[in-house]
Amino acid sequence: MAGGDDLKLLGAWPSPFVVRVKLALSFKGLSFENVEEDLGNKSELLVSSNPVQKKVPVLLHNGKPICESMVIVQYIDEAFAGTGPSLLSSDPHERAVARFWAAYVDDKLVTSWVQSFRGKTEEDKSEGTKQMFAALQTLEGALRECSKGEGYFGGESVGLVDVSLGGLLSWLNATEEMSGTKIFDPVKTPLLAAWAERLRELDGAKLAFPDKDRMVEFIQKRQAQAAAAAAAAASEK
Amino acid sequence: MAGGEEAGKLQLLGAWMSPFVIRVKVALQMKGLRYEYIEEDLQRKSDLLLRSNPVHKKVPVLIHDGRPVCESLVVLEYVDEAWPKTGPPLLPADPYDRATARFWATYVNNTFFQSWRTLFRSMTAEQRAEAFKNVVPQVETLERAFKECSKGKDFFGGDEVGIVDLALGSFLVWIRVVDELAGTNLLDGEKFPGLATWAERFLAVDAVAVMMPEAGRIMEHYKGFLVKLAAPAGCS
Repeated sequence: MAGGDDLKLLGAWPSPFVVRVKLALSFKGLSFENVEEDLGNKSELLVSSNPVQKKVPVLLHNGKPICESMVIVQYIDEAFAGTGPSLLSSDPHERAVARFWAAYVDDKLVTSWVQSFRGKTEEDKSEGTKQMFAALQTLEGALRECSKGEGYFGGESVGLVDVSLGGLLSWLNATEEMSGTKIFDPVKTPLLAAWAERLRELDGAKLAFPDKDRMVEFIQKRQAQAAAAAAAAASEK
Repeated sequence: MAGGEEAGKLQLLGAWMSPFVIRVKVALQMKGLRYEYIEEDLQRKSDLLLRSNPVHKKVPVLIHDGRPVCESLVVLEYVDEAWPKTGPPLLPADPYDRATARFWATYVNNTFFQSWRTLFRSMTAEQRAEAFKNVVPQVETLERAFKECSKGKDFFGGDEVGIVDLALGSFLVWIRVVDELAGTNLLDGEKFPGLATWAERFLAVDAVAVMMPEAGRIMEHYKGFLVKLAAPAGCS
């Protein structure tokens, strides 16, 4: 299927949603052109390819755009069904369970983690952190159930949920480093902690994950910008 | 539901007023699948519901041969995949078209619904006006989506009702009830001709007409909901 397949990824290196797509492409062994977007100055191509949300990631397959990270990941699995491993089981119930947990990562984990960063008050933020840890505890149970004693949510090999959660790993690791608090605590969530280590060692992950120090620097800069903006807004009142 | 397909044991845990449950009911009807429907009292959830959906404790839950499937859009894909030769497909065959359908179903569930929910929960005329103003851009987007997906045919799914039709269509009676109470007209035929005609056509589909709750009943339920919302709560 390789001949004539032109894959272009419009992305931004820090975005966990972009990392998801890179993980899927790498795990499937698909080569692609990586286009780094300046999110402060979005390209014509990005805006015309994703007019609804104007966000990254966007995957262009022979010029046709696909948007929304998990929609893209499933597309990659289906359009390149013969290439590399499948990200979803062939069993309908297992597929449903995987889709359920992938949705959970977005609805509960991402939401709470964003709140822990961007909450308007300290109270908001700590509520976000609390919910994030609760979600991780739930995902620990999910991993136990889905892995069936193997190493990944997908079982023996990576699947949809590994990609969904894996995309977030670099941010979460950087946050761990900055706060000094373990997010994938080997005591509270031993399976997840082991899973995170395992995932990071995969070739596909090494290709997709941003460098940790670069990630920390990026987050610190963002936090400083947010603090400055908040201070400016406060002084205007 | 004559001549229902032998599906193995199928149960649907639902609540009559829930658009998310309606999606699944219509899909099962379209597929001609026989199932046991269990109406849940959401104030007093059954053990079966709590066991079957321990994470969210919500309806709908489809239980097939004892194995639960949760989250309405996940259930729709499951129904399509577990009974591939039965009834019309809910998702297209082509991977690119499938991605387009999933994109819009996600948009309806996340972007549109989050926005419309604010309108639904509005208690004053002021709140309603503000919320309504914020939903209109999403309806504009969906009008364009309809043109793109339908390609001149009747539904987002083309000739047949598909996952996007079910995702958005399940809200239609609710949209109309909220409109009636608020004096608004969200799917205005003049501004959104595509969606307005699509809505009529969707509601007229046999499987939909059979499963949609009655507007009067929804209105009563909505009024009760608004009263509860306005009542000073201890903590919520």
